[in-house]
Amino acid sequence: MYESLSLAADNLLSPIVLSFALGLAAALARSDLSIPEAAAKALSIYLLFAIGFKGGVSVSDHGVDIHLGAALLAGIILSASLPLLAFALLRMMSGMDRLNAAAVAGHYGSISIVTFVAATSVLESRGIAAEGYMVAVAAAMEAPAILSALWLISRGEGPGRMDATLWREILLNGSIVLLVGAFFIGWITGPEGLAEISSFIVSPFKGVLCLFLLDMGLVAGRGLRQGRGVLGVGAVGFGLVMPVLGGLVGLGAALLIGVSTGGAMLMMVLAASASYIAVPAAMRVALPEANPSIYLTLSLGVTFPFNLTLGLPLYLALAQMATGG
Amino acid sequence: MQTHRAKRVEITIESVMQSRLTDALQTADVTGYTILPVLGGSGRSGEWSRSGQVSRAGGMVQVICIIRAERLDALLDAAFAVVDRHIGVVCVTDCDVLRAERF
Repeated sequence: MYESLSLAADNLLSPIVLSFALGLAAALARSDLSIPEAAAKALSIYLLFAIGFKGGVSVSDHGVDIHLGAALLAGIILSASLPLLAFALLRMMSGMDRLNAAAVAGHYGSISIVTFVAATSVLESRGIAAEGYMVAVAAAMEAPAILSALWLISRGEGPGRMDATLWREILLNGSIVLLVGAFFIGWITGPEGLAEISSFIVSPFKGVLCLFLLDMGLVAGRGLRQGRGVLGVGAVGFGLVMPVLGGLVGLGAALLIGVSTGGAMLMMVLAASASYIAVPAAMRVALPEANPSIYLTLSLGVTFPFNLTLGLPLYLALAQMATGG
Repeated sequence: MQTHRAKRVEITIESVMQSRLTDALQTADVTGYTILPVLGGSGRSGEWSRSGQVSRAGGMVQVICIIRAERLDALLDAAFAVVDRHIGVVCVTDCDVLRAERF
């Protein structure tokens, strides 16, 4: 218990979380602090490349086993099924209409790559190893949730549209292409490749993550300010309960597959986090009638801060308890 | 200097719809257009801003076409089929151009 509290306190006082808090506070106080779009994009490209590359190197180092296929399959099933749980829970807790509830549910089946990156950083700082292929699982979990959300709408004779162009945009989303591409580069080049560029993708990693989270804090704060009044108590409660439920489902999947403590924590994080990059873009195309203020505020303004501050230490403590790590 | 009457169509639309709109314009033989980033703004769906956006979901762009008046309906039909369900603004104004053969 003491160790869990200490872990939570350490996490809250880490440069990463404090950077996010700074951005959040600055936005809520209406400061003019801002990160230009191009800079935010460059930071995200760096992080995706680094995390993908390091995952690939880890797989190259430790080899591929049956767990990789099982983890990918589990990720796809989680991503497709979590929106059903989220949809039912959200409707029950907030009474939200079907269209917006389905749009929100899609976000909660998909993943937040930034939360994933922050989780790997927490694991690294504690010297806990995790399976490198979890990066591939993260990529695999982006899309199925979108299909589940559209299916939820189609059951209610809703307006959801899915065409070939949207399929291509989702599956070849820049984040996924970069993450998977860097993963394969890391896999092919292995530890030697990492040694060549480690001064670029290993040492500056946490500093860049701090800047990126400063920006995420600013975006989340602006979203909260603009979305004030959009979310009721039930919806906010959903944004706090759903990640814990999702994390527990993810833990169950991790135990079934038999991954390490670090891998179990990452699987929990993937199941607990909500997308704010790939899914909002897909929802704007497929479900333009859904209110973006609702799903963006919930995902970015409620669930993301929760996961970053309290969720990560909670998931690590649960993963350690469950796996005995 | 001699100038010629033309129509200037400004379509402000969500970034995620940009390629769909320009594809529709190309299909309608409207091959000349300019795409401008929109810094930010506010409308019925709330405020938006380009700063800090890692996703294209929250951003807007403006597609500007200048065409001869007789081609306006085809352009608007093509554009409307794309923007119908989405937030955005379609605005048509008169303008003068120097080289009519280019439009």
